[in-house]
Amino acid sequence: MSALRVLVGCKRVIDYAVKIRVKPDKTGVVTDGVKHSMNPFDEIAIEEAVRLKEKKIASEVIAVSCGPQQCQETLRTALAMGADRAIHVDIDSKDYETLQPIHVSKFLAKLAQDEKADIVIVGKQAIDDDCNQTGQMTAALLDWPQATFASKVEKNNGDLTVIREIDGGLETIKVKLPAILTADLRLNEPRYATLPNIMKAKKKPMAKKTPSDLGVDVASRQEIVSVEDPPVREAGQKVESVEELVTKLKDSGLV
Amino acid sequence: MASALKKVTKLSLIFHKCSKDLTAIRRGIGDIWVNGSCIDPSIGLSEEQIQIQQLATDFAKNELFPNMAQWDQQEIFPKDVLKKAGQLGFGAAYCREDCGGTGLSRLDSSLIFEALSQGCTSTTAFISIHNMCAWMIDEFANDDLRQKWIPQLAGMEKLASYCLTEPDNGSDAANIKTSAKLHGDHYKLNGTKVFISGGGDTDVYVVMCRTGEAGPKGITCMLVEKESPGLAFGQKEKKLGWNSQPTRSVIFEDCQVPVSNVVGNLGDGFKIAMRGLNGGRINVGSCSLGAAQNSLQLTRDYLKVRKQFGKTLDNFQYLQFKLAEMATKLVVSRNIIRTAAISLDNNWPNKVPLCSMAKFFATEECSKVCNDALQLHGGYGYLKDYAIEQYLRDTRVHQILEGTNEVMRMLISRDILTDEERKYV
Repeated sequence: MSALRVLVGCKRVIDYAVKIRVKPDKTGVVTDGVKHSMNPFDEIAIEEAVRLKEKKIASEVIAVSCGPQQCQETLRTALAMGADRAIHVDIDSKDYETLQPIHVSKFLAKLAQDEKADIVIVGKQAIDDDCNQTGQMTAALLDWPQATFASKVEKNNGDLTVIREIDGGLETIKVKLPAILTADLRLNEPRYATLPNIMKAKKKPMAKKTPSDLGVDVASRQEIVSVEDPPVREAGQKVESVEELVTKLKDSGLV
Repeated sequence: MASALKKVTKLSLIFHKCSKDLTAIRRGIGDIWVNGSCIDPSIGLSEEQIQIQQLATDFAKNELFPNMAQWDQQEIFPKDVLKKAGQLGFGAAYCREDCGGTGLSRLDSSLIFEALSQGCTSTTAFISIHNMCAWMIDEFANDDLRQKWIPQLAGMEKLASYCLTEPDNGSDAANIKTSAKLHGDHYKLNGTKVFISGGGDTDVYVVMCRTGEAGPKGITCMLVEKESPGLAFGQKEKKLGWNSQPTRSVIFEDCQVPVSNVVGNLGDGFKIAMRGLNGGRINVGSCSLGAAQNSLQLTRDYLKVRKQFGKTLDNFQYLQFKLAEMATKLVVSRNIIRTAAISLDNNWPNKVPLCSMAKFFATEECSKVCNDALQLHGGYGYLKDYAIEQYLRDTRVHQILEGTNEVMRMLISRDILTDEERKYV
């Protein structure tokens, strides 16, 4: 089998270190003027794709991001890390507010077919909405096998051998290509983009597509009723002795 | 004396006891609250510049800051980490790309040194001197020397030192005495260079020596390799700061240097030395910016958790005002450093006094910021458990080297007072 083409999803999310604030009207969280960066699990996905290319298993790495104009910054990071080209699916900010994993899965599925991708890698979840759906739904739409929560990927003949992180241990599975992978935390440690690669990234091609180019209806299927802060933790009480503790627990009907 | 010492020890024990609660606030570098604030170092930068800055900030946070105290206290020259920095393109940031340089502008390079110095000012200052040497070779040496040295210097597999100052000639650099006499296909060098950063541990020395008449026009620039016969080094100096890089004198006793190692033309040495220093001044000023930035960030966090008189320190107006003054000094310093960097990138006719202003202003004001940060940390600031005192020690020398701040004032006033045509090398 000839070298493979890899498509990687890169979501632009609020930086992991930012303290999230809910908008006063409770329609969402504040994103204006807030630092954003690439979803850390997607960074791992890009790193894995670039390593596949370095091992000559992959021939081309294509990074995709779906969202507003600023997603191009995220794609430049992916290009600086070693992706060959990028596709920005431009979503206007109003549609983006209600964009769901199902929409992104449809974009990725269509692009995987158009670009003749052999492997699609996405992060196992995004750290903003924690959905953990995109990879799985993309596999369903394409009717491709999926290897989720991958912590090791190897190519054997025409198949991929993938070690998955599951509850209580590791599972080794074999998937036929083409396939979908989702990256878990321990898959690899992403590299620093070097200065020369940051500069080369400027010159790498970046295509722009719209939802209608890809034949995807982005009308929202969900309505956000209210976004709220988690409840503030209430103050505890100090007790003098075990007896007092037991009495209090009994009184409040907890034991 | 002995009882005073005991008192100090006891005091520091008390500090240690409470410091456990405060260690949690030692974060600093790249803190998210800085983003979008008035001290955000990325204000006004392009998307690519922000990416470059982010890379250097990440490197400072992950590779430098965790080691900065150890490198200082044990006087470790971290060659392995320098190599890592070289692999990312920090070794020859503003050299041309054809020989392995990164090809950045002076402004972009300044962003890198500023960001890195938050993690370790001393180590970054060495990287900046190494960059200055690489540029002098890249700009003035012939292609053979460039092709031999730039790739190795860019990767920081080989390191470079700058040799101008002598025991009797510091600010009066045009009258240096180290002599170079032609003997067939090589020169024989005699003399001593002092305060050489990296001296004895680096691989190539960019040396200014006298091949001709007295004064600036008799000086020539040469590359002296570490293995050259007749090259020796003095003892490692003990210093207030900059302890992660060794400083030694470099001694030439009939030191043989092939004619092919001359950089530029005979007699161009002083010009080359000064051209290198224009950039060196921006670089070292940038290193002060990073130290001041992180000192300020750490101080802001400290004021928010340290309680006295029943309230946290950020409630006291005197300290609020102090913080505002520190922030303003930092931002104004940054602005003049970046203006000077732009003046070099565009070869403005007044680049020399602008670089001088930037170096003098930024190194003095940022030292004050570090000093104020120490004061606001109270007794803790004086302890080596906190990074502040090291930033203060490491930035102190920036007022002395790459041309003292007194020489900077001389260059600025000369530019203002002259009625003649302004001549700069």
